[in-house]
Amino acid sequence: MKVSYFPGCTLKTKAVKLDEYARRCAEVLGVTLEEIENWQCCGGVFTTSKDEVATKLSSVRVLKAAQDKEQVLVTVCSACHNVVKQTNHQVQTDKEFADKVNRYMAAEGGYDGTTKVYHYLELLRDVVGFDKIKEKVVKPLNGEKIAVYYGCLLLRPGTVMKMDDPENPKIIEDLIRALGGEPVIYNKRNECCGGYVTMENPAFAEKKSQSITENAKSFGASRMITACPLCKYNLEKHEEELPVVYFTELLAEALGVKEDADESAE
Amino acid sequence: MSQQNNNLKEELIRISGVNPKKCMRCGKCSATCPAYEEMEYHPHEFVVMVENGNIEPLLNTESLYRCLTCFACVERCPRGVEPAKLVEAVRLVATRRQGANHMKADDVPAKLDEDLPQQAIVSAFRKYTK
Repeated sequence: MKVSYFPGCTLKTKAVKLDEYARRCAEVLGVTLEEIENWQCCGGVFTTSKDEVATKLSSVRVLKAAQDKEQVLVTVCSACHNVVKQTNHQVQTDKEFADKVNRYMAAEGGYDGTTKVYHYLELLRDVVGFDKIKEKVVKPLNGEKIAVYYGCLLLRPGTVMKMDDPENPKIIEDLIRALGGEPVIYNKRNECCGGYVTMENPAFAEKKSQSITENAKSFGASRMITACPLCKYNLEKHEEELPVVYFTELLAEALGVKEDADESAE
Repeated sequence: MSQQNNNLKEELIRISGVNPKKCMRCGKCSATCPAYEEMEYHPHEFVVMVENGNIEPLLNTESLYRCLTCFACVERCPRGVEPAKLVEAVRLVATRRQGANHMKADDVPAKLDEDLPQQAIVSAFRKYTK
């Protein structure tokens, strides 16, 4: 199966491995991520205001590229996913916004909001299936206690993202179980790490992130996983005991493709 | 309410899509806000002050740049008021004023470290500048 893929800016630079693991694992599971041509950065955060149009066009173009290929659109980065999915929702539900967007898009053909957007995790759950993943595991996690960090962007706003219950999610925990690990359920797994505020108030981001890693450690976690490069940066910046890795790294380990992926990412 | 404040209030309601009159003053938005301790005005105060047309203090508060857009208040508001969208609208009205960018490109190099993801920079620009 082939799907359209939007990696986003950070997966081409500081988070190359998040991308490489995702591609390798998808191949093992029978899915090819076809990168959209000439994509542009999503902007990192969705602007909720109804009169912000031009800043959302990069997301609309990505959605349209997938529509033209009649494929679903897959994202890996939490931030890209949030921006693209919220933009799609705005095209679908706000007629005035959709009209304005399509005036910008007139020269390249309009976009009608019909592209389906999956986060990579949803691709694993809803298209591949965790049962099939379990069958493909060659190096199970042997009961390792993994703290899943969702953060804010994957889940909220729940009415738009619709990935899982925003207050009691289980999608990544179910993935961990399929890989042979033991998910650690802790209080702060869907609280914010401090996000972009780290740019101007690093002490505040540090406080937010440390309360999350301390909370996870108190429940016995030996590793933490996330889908977001900025969460990873904030969480591990001042954390010495608890390694924070991408969820795709854990998947690559279990599927036995991590070393190959590491080599090509270097 | 002065005409100017009324105009500002109407603009904020229009671009945010938020109806502050739906608020029942329970304070859950502020109680769940991860940036609460960093803020001069909190999410529930944004809602009340916009409704009352007391908007100038909001345009000038650093609280605008402490909101993480984590949507906790949007998710947990029992009345569907969506305070973060109102905070965002006030922030845009503030940063759209000439020369009012909260972060300058020249400030960025000093903030970089080896691991800082590009995502942090583009997000901060999107939130702090116009």
